[in-house]
Amino acid sequence: MREADISAQPPAVELVGITKRFPGVVANRDIHLSVEKGQIHAIVGENGAGKSTLMKILYGMQKPDEGTIAVNGTKVSFHSPADAINVGIGMVHQHFMLADNLTVLENVILGSEPRKGGVGIDFGAARKKIKEISDSYGLGIDPDVLVEDIGVGTRQRVEILKVLYRGAKILILDEPTAVLVPHEVDELFENLKGLVREGLTIIFISHHLDEVLKVADAITVIRRGTTVASVDPASVTARQLAELMVGSELPSPETRESTVTDVVAVSVRGLTVLSADGRPLIDNISFDVRKGEVLGIAGVEGNGQAELVEAIMGMRVAAGTITLGEADISAWPTLRRREAGVGFIPEDRHRHGLLLESPLWENRILGHQTQKPNVKGPWIDRKGARADTQRIVEEYDVRTPGIDVKAAALSGGNQQKLIVGREMSGDPVFLIASHPTRGVDVGAQAAIWDHLRHARAAGLAVLLISADLDELIGLSDTLKVILRGRMVADVDPANVTPEELGSAMTGAGEAT
Amino acid sequence: MNQTSPATKDSFLNRLLGRIPLSGWLALAAPVVAILFAGIVTAIVLAVTGNPPLETIGIMVEYGTQPRTMVLTLNLATLYYIAALAVALGFRMNLFNIGVDGQYRLAAIMAAALGGSGLNLPGWLMIILIIVTAAVTGAVWAAIAGLLKAYRGVSEVVSTIMLNYIGTSVVAYLLVNVFGVAVAGSNNIGTAPIPEDARVPGVAFIPGTEAKVFGLIFLAIALGIGFHVLLNKTRFGFDLRTTGLNQEAAVASGVNVKRMVVTAMVLSGGVAGLIGMPQLLGASYSYSLDFPSGIGFTGIAIALLGRNNPIGIAFGAILWGFLDSSSNILNLHDISPEIVQIMQGIIVLSVVVAYELAHRYRISAEQRRVSRELAAPVKEGASA
Repeated sequence: MREADISAQPPAVELVGITKRFPGVVANRDIHLSVEKGQIHAIVGENGAGKSTLMKILYGMQKPDEGTIAVNGTKVSFHSPADAINVGIGMVHQHFMLADNLTVLENVILGSEPRKGGVGIDFGAARKKIKEISDSYGLGIDPDVLVEDIGVGTRQRVEILKVLYRGAKILILDEPTAVLVPHEVDELFENLKGLVREGLTIIFISHHLDEVLKVADAITVIRRGTTVASVDPASVTARQLAELMVGSELPSPETRESTVTDVVAVSVRGLTVLSADGRPLIDNISFDVRKGEVLGIAGVEGNGQAELVEAIMGMRVAAGTITLGEADISAWPTLRRREAGVGFIPEDRHRHGLLLESPLWENRILGHQTQKPNVKGPWIDRKGARADTQRIVEEYDVRTPGIDVKAAALSGGNQQKLIVGREMSGDPVFLIASHPTRGVDVGAQAAIWDHLRHARAAGLAVLLISADLDELIGLSDTLKVILRGRMVADVDPANVTPEELGSAMTGAGEAT
Repeated sequence: MNQTSPATKDSFLNRLLGRIPLSGWLALAAPVVAILFAGIVTAIVLAVTGNPPLETIGIMVEYGTQPRTMVLTLNLATLYYIAALAVALGFRMNLFNIGVDGQYRLAAIMAAALGGSGLNLPGWLMIILIIVTAAVTGAVWAAIAGLLKAYRGVSEVVSTIMLNYIGTSVVAYLLVNVFGVAVAGSNNIGTAPIPEDARVPGVAFIPGTEAKVFGLIFLAIALGIGFHVLLNKTRFGFDLRTTGLNQEAAVASGVNVKRMVVTAMVLSGGVAGLIGMPQLLGASYSYSLDFPSGIGFTGIAIALLGRNNPIGIAFGAILWGFLDSSSNILNLHDISPEIVQIMQGIIVLSVVVAYELAHRYRISAEQRRVSRELAAPVKEGASA
């Protein structure tokens, strides 16, 4: 619709042949990107494909080794984010950078305060300017509320306003939907459309393909550090886009034929965890997981999922009973629970799942220090552990030059595949999978889903906790919603949409 | 082989940093460079204070390589080695046992008191009893700090430093009021001497001198081997290292961290208790006012120098022993022997810096290597 005037203007941002050598796993090479003015341009790619590096280059946080950047037809060279801001590029980070105990207004002007008489801050002028921006772009922001009193969606709009306040005409949004529930995502997209109508340009980084297709005017796909395709969202499907991202055919998390048996593998009754000041973090939770069943727990993060997992693993004091098979394991220490066949894929693999500075084969032992083939009595069985690590590397397609490299040298997806392989070893009867595909690329994600499905078919009971609603709906046989430490709803994964699940998670709708 | 990946340019820096296959050379190069650096700084200090640097170092080397001095070096190194092992055991699981000094002195006086108590036992049994007493005393003293940390969250740094002071007072009290007898012909005071048959004879390692190396140097070697085996070959050692590397991962893997803190502290203290044994059973035969002190702190420096590794610590202990024993000659040449302490301090500082640099370099070098090796055969897509 805007074709005519677009072709007459130079692109808002044009990257030609950008190459960045980077000490680490990912580099950019020969990136070409052309973003038209007044469009929402999405950049999609697997985790680790080089999106973040590219954005850091565009925002002046990294200098490219080769290639040129042009903004509105003029070649630029950035030495710091300040240079980028000066030519009108602003960045909205994935993690909000707001001070909770300040008002919206104070947060927005922080660092570029309008002065009155050289010393005082001109709050009046700032308030007026914020109101103007908020009204003209339809952001609906009240400058005088405390940030701690506003919701996640509003906070994000404050972040956008902060960038606009500094005069940005080109906005980079890094994974803006990662923290939002579905209806907040829709609101955000309305806002973004409003912004481009007013002539702003938006670069939108995401790996949620449905969202990208919904909102973007143009899409560029990055794979292995380079741009592989520029596509028109009207002419591709999410599947085609995903295949461009991975470079191969893509499986989905669907597991429709049920393998659920009648045998209860794990039974949790009245589980309660209290915080240090006596507030319940987990409030009287009860559930069963049967053999061959995946029980999914949906919920906005911080509603007790982490505490639930730690209580079941015996890492945290809890009241209530946990029964594994016939045995009451409530009083068992973590080690004994693990020995009894509880596998654990932790939410934060660097904190709980790996020894980053140890070789892979030692990481194979972690969590299985008392089990074969890692030990013989009190002695470490180096040979056995190494052989089994080699097996995991092969069966789980961990891409590594060898089992003696340190875990830190692997990419996130390969680290996670190693963990999954380890936790599947030794015939577990119950697996806790906490965000099993968080921060891994699409290829590894598909492989991990596959392994979970196979194990489930073989009779494994799985407790799946995830923030990825598609993953939850696709893999789970039963879904429960956790809110403020309580199970508030049971959902049938066969007929629920991510939107319905999302509103159940926020307590907005009743999805029973 | 690197042409396949355009992301890496064939520059000198790249060759220097990323493409050299990693071997053990860094582990050696870092301390050697640091020691050379310390030597240069010491030379400057010597020159500034008006002493000829090269000659001074020449005098030390000449004196230090005489057979008698070499025996002295080995004997000092034996004590230092055990001290550094005790410290390293704690370091390996992120416990800073600053209390090694108090632990070994308390252990030594208890052991010496037992040795001089006149028990009518065969000599070999007496030796074993003395050594066990020392280890148990050190372990118990260290366990106080371990328990406080595990169950009350008290930093072991603070508690062990305080226990050092308490230990000093307890030792003084015991020496003066309980075990002490006047040493004949002096105003020294010490425990009753250990009978002849319960002493550990020295070994004439070094030809050309009457002086003998402590017999318990073999105890030190055995401790070093035991340290290596315990940490690298056993489940307990794995748990201990895991706790040191990533405590949260250790908890998730089923390690009882509280018990581990206490056990590690007890082991560290037990080893610390043995520090005084070569001296007690091989030279002093009683604990008196002039029993060597401060070795626990030297042990911290040597553990850092040796990277908490039994072989590295051995080199560190011998270097320290050499510097200490050869510095004795400096007084005769009107050079302050404190110059050696300056050198030791600089060595520790520069070694820590050098190791850190080598370590960071290694991590990023390995990441580069892995990504390069994986990038070479491009194998795309997932296993569906």
